[in-house]
Amino acid sequence: MAVAEQIRPTTDALLKTEAPKRPRNLGQFLRWLLLFIGGIAMVMPIVYMLSTSLKWPHEVYNLKLIPDEPTIENYTYVLEDGRFYWWFVNSLVIALITTVCNVIFDSLVGYTLCKFRFPGRYIIFIAILSTLMIPTEMLVIPWYLMSQQFGWLDTYWGIMFPGLMTAFGTFLMKQFFETVPDDFIEAARIDGLNELQIWWIVAMPLVKPALAALAIFVFLGNWTAFIWPLIVTNSVEMYTLPVGLSSFGDEADVAWELIMTGAAISTIPTLIVFLIFQRFIIRGVVMAGLKG
Amino acid sequence: MANLILRDLVKTYDKTEVLHSINLEVEDGEFVVFVGPSGCGKSTTLRMIAGLEEITSGVIEIDGRVVNNLEPKDRDIAMVFQNYAIYPHMSVRKNIGFGLRSSNAPKPEKEKRIEEVATLLGMNDLLDRKPSQLSGGQRQRVAIGRAMVRDPAVFLFDEPLSNLDAQLRTQMRLEIKKLHQRVGSTIVFVTHDQVEAMTMADRIVIMKDGHIQQVGTPAEVYHAPANIFVATFIGAPAMNMIPGRVNGGGAVTLATGGTVQLGGALPEGRDIIIGIRPEDLLPGETPGVLRGEVNVREPLGHETLIYVGTSEGDVIAKADGRTPPEIGEVVSLGAHPDNIHVFDAATGEALA
Ligand SMILES: Nc1ncnc2c1ncn2[C@@H]1O[C@H](COP(=O)(O)OP(=O)(O)O)[C@@H](O)[C@H]1O
Ligand SMILES: [Mg+2]
Repeated sequence: MAVAEQIRPTTDALLKTEAPKRPRNLGQFLRWLLLFIGGIAMVMPIVYMLSTSLKWPHEVYNLKLIPDEPTIENYTYVLEDGRFYWWFVNSLVIALITTVCNVIFDSLVGYTLCKFRFPGRYIIFIAILSTLMIPTEMLVIPWYLMSQQFGWLDTYWGIMFPGLMTAFGTFLMKQFFETVPDDFIEAARIDGLNELQIWWIVAMPLVKPALAALAIFVFLGNWTAFIWPLIVTNSVEMYTLPVGLSSFGDEADVAWELIMTGAAISTIPTLIVFLIFQRFIIRGVVMAGLKG
Repeated sequence: MANLILRDLVKTYDKTEVLHSINLEVEDGEFVVFVGPSGCGKSTTLRMIAGLEEITSGVIEIDGRVVNNLEPKDRDIAMVFQNYAIYPHMSVRKNIGFGLRSSNAPKPEKEKRIEEVATLLGMNDLLDRKPSQLSGGQRQRVAIGRAMVRDPAVFLFDEPLSNLDAQLRTQMRLEIKKLHQRVGSTIVFVTHDQVEAMTMADRIVIMKDGHIQQVGTPAEVYHAPANIFVATFIGAPAMNMIPGRVNGGGAVTLATGGTVQLGGALPEGRDIIIGIRPEDLLPGETPGVLRGEVNVREPLGHETLIYVGTSEGDVIAKADGRTPPEIGEVVSLGAHPDNIHVFDAATGEALA
């Protein structure tokens, strides 16, 4: 009897662990299924892009995944076409400069708004935030008029100037600088650093993960930007990659196979950027975990 | 090394005055501790000395030089913060060396100075570690090292020990005190912990609501508190306070019943409060002060604290460690007249 009583709790426990297993497995199954569907949805366009880039023009509207007669003719064509290099370089230069500028200017303004008390600080912050609500499509016309007045049409500067600082980046950096303790800044002040040095030497290294995230967003945003570069550029040599790619083909017939080929090639830099900065992000998270 | 003078120091935040005319002279090489409840203005005072907070009015002198309008880096001070303020992305060596950034000394000399400080703090082996690889006590030591490396005239500490656990705190307390004895620099140390203040200070500055309540050596503030606030703030458990009224001839009628004969020229008819520390309130001591029933006993080994019920609530007294009175036993408690402090009931000030 005593033995039975001793055993029963154990068997109960065993039964109990048995019972919830099935629903948990079902939950897991559903989760996997959802992830699988999501994954397919995200991968399919890329697969089609690659598949289309390997097709002959007459096969493009045949939605088969595997081309009947795969060819790398499109790649040779695009890579031998001098325009592609121009667009690639244009896009790269513009995206890189814009990224560097955003990392510096957004964090400088974000830091100032976060760590300094001055009259009008709140108003300025609200003003910056409110620009987030204005869509690019609405800004394009004033930008264009401005560029026209200043003679910036069809120049790098004209393509870049609206994006050298972003409200989103400023907001992001301001929020991240909140995590830098004031003690760090005051200690540096006592040690004789000037305010610019404190920002660069003390505060910036502490928000590296945010800087990496910002860099990825800005780079990708500019690498894929379409509307404004399309409007502000006129000459083929000034096109950015997305604008240039969309111009493949003629009025009657869009050369999808070439566009897809160009797009496939153009994903390479974004992959590189992401792989580089992802490491920083992960390291930043690990560092934050060890702190304190 | 230098002396530090605060003269009529006032601080207002948006029209609210939080510091009211602070006056203090700190001697060269002195270890002064500011102590008081949270929000009394200790940090504000320290930050004004450091130059991190603007001075609303008044004068701060360091080493005979008015520093009101000097930048923090030009005041010849160093500060240790509660959260250490050591940079997680820099090695210990870099963190300690950070204090030397603005110095023009050649690099080998700086390196030597860093090594010296590390030796003094026993951190030579840790110089190439990152702060994340250090314990709380070691991080605190890095923060102190960073302050020491510049050999400042005045060291400022703002609650540097409050993030450490109790044991480490006691240990660091001792280390800082030893360091002071070895280096001999002027130190202003802020804490809300009266034990820290008592154990470390040459002189204690007790603050409340932006006013200095008393300045004195640990013995002075303990044995001759200037007012009720100081009397109850310093010492644990706190001093017993019993209201009373002065009759003719120095006799005092107590609210707990009975009278006690106090010498001195106390004005007749005055409402007073007498204060007796638990360790001075003993069963059987004369003159007797009050009688009551033992409610609670707290054995501490060498002595036992007894909580004795009175009409004014429990008073705490000290009884023998081996044979304390039983719970429920009625005891007569008394105190030596020298150990009975008298305060004005209206102002709270000590009456001589
Ligand atoms: N930046 C500030 N703005 C407004 N009031 C402040 C500010 N800093 C401190 N105070 C007020 O000043 C008083 C003293 O603060 P503080 O010196 O930090 O106290 P302590 O260090 O003694 O705890 C407090 O009442 C606090 O609310
Ligand atoms: Mg404080």
